[in-house]
Amino acid sequence: MINKLGLFLLLFISCDLIAGVDVVDFSDESLRPRYQQLIQELRCPKCQNQNLADSNSPISVDLRNQVQRLLEEGKTNDQIKTYLSSRYSDFILYRPQVKQNTWALWAAPIVLLLVGLLILVRIFQRQKTTAVVAEPVSSKDQQRLRELLKKSNGEPNK
Amino acid sequence: MNRLTLFIPLLVCIALGAFLFFSLGKDPQELPSALVGKPFPEFALEELNNPERQVSDKDFRGDSANGQVVLVNIWATWCFACRIEHPYLNGLAEQGVAIIGLNYKDNRILAKQWLLERGDPYQFTIFDPRGTLGIDLGVYGAPETYLVDAQGMIRHRRVGVVDERIWNKEFRDLYTQLVDEANDQ
Repeated sequence: MINKLGLFLLLFISCDLIAGVDVVDFSDESLRPRYQQLIQELRCPKCQNQNLADSNSPISVDLRNQVQRLLEEGKTNDQIKTYLSSRYSDFILYRPQVKQNTWALWAAPIVLLLVGLLILVRIFQRQKTTAVVAEPVSSKDQQRLRELLKKSNGEPNK
Repeated sequence: MNRLTLFIPLLVCIALGAFLFFSLGKDPQELPSALVGKPFPEFALEELNNPERQVSDKDFRGDSANGQVVLVNIWATWCFACRIEHPYLNGLAEQGVAIIGLNYKDNRILAKQWLLERGDPYQFTIFDPRGTLGIDLGVYGAPETYLVDAQGMIRHRRVGVVDERIWNKEFRDLYTQLVDEANDQ
């Protein structure tokens, strides 16, 4: 019984505890959140679409160490990003800077949203105008309509 | 409403399709080169075969008497593609092309052994076990090859194997042009 209980309790041991966690030592603990943020935002140059935090390729390990070293040297986030992008090009930035060749990228969502709104507005406007155009039936027409209905009532459909 | 506007979605689709179609042939592994047109980064590291000897960018940069047009080839014994590339580099060296090796994140004994077995096309080999010069160059894999002019400017970069096809297509003309320029001065 005790054995079974022990086995059952084993199920609750998280595998995360056994999985290796990158141990990074900082002289100043306030650097850690900045380090985490940077490696989330920087892209591994070798792998397709992984950030430095998620990738375990040797180059990512090197670059993580480099980021840590630069943080310890007192570099700002911007300085670190410039350092890496001057070597690995803008490819390495998951959040590209607004520049001549990236403005389209940044402006596209806003432009597309505005275009969408414009189309919506036009659709609504058109619906409104067609509703106004539908005129009430004049009394003359009503008279004709009544006569037509009478006629067709007299003669059943052939 | 103008009936022509009905064709706008079709035109957008065609444009998008064309854009995607022409992007198909591109290599997603290839990064834009950040260092082309910039000077070769400064460094001071040991030579592979001779640990006593310190080598630096001055060994081929223009401001010293050693200025010459060189290929800098990044290689390692753990890099499989380097095996395929190596015989071609031997051939280039025989033709008189100056090649400098950069042994990247490797083991000195294995690397020396490799050069003994396969031949040594390099004028000298920079030993960079920790990959510090690699990071300054923006290396993200081996092999990589840089064409550096006599002033020490990086003029071309190739990520991946250099073989005859790549040499003729990307390097040869630029290399001869740079060598001619260097000789004229």
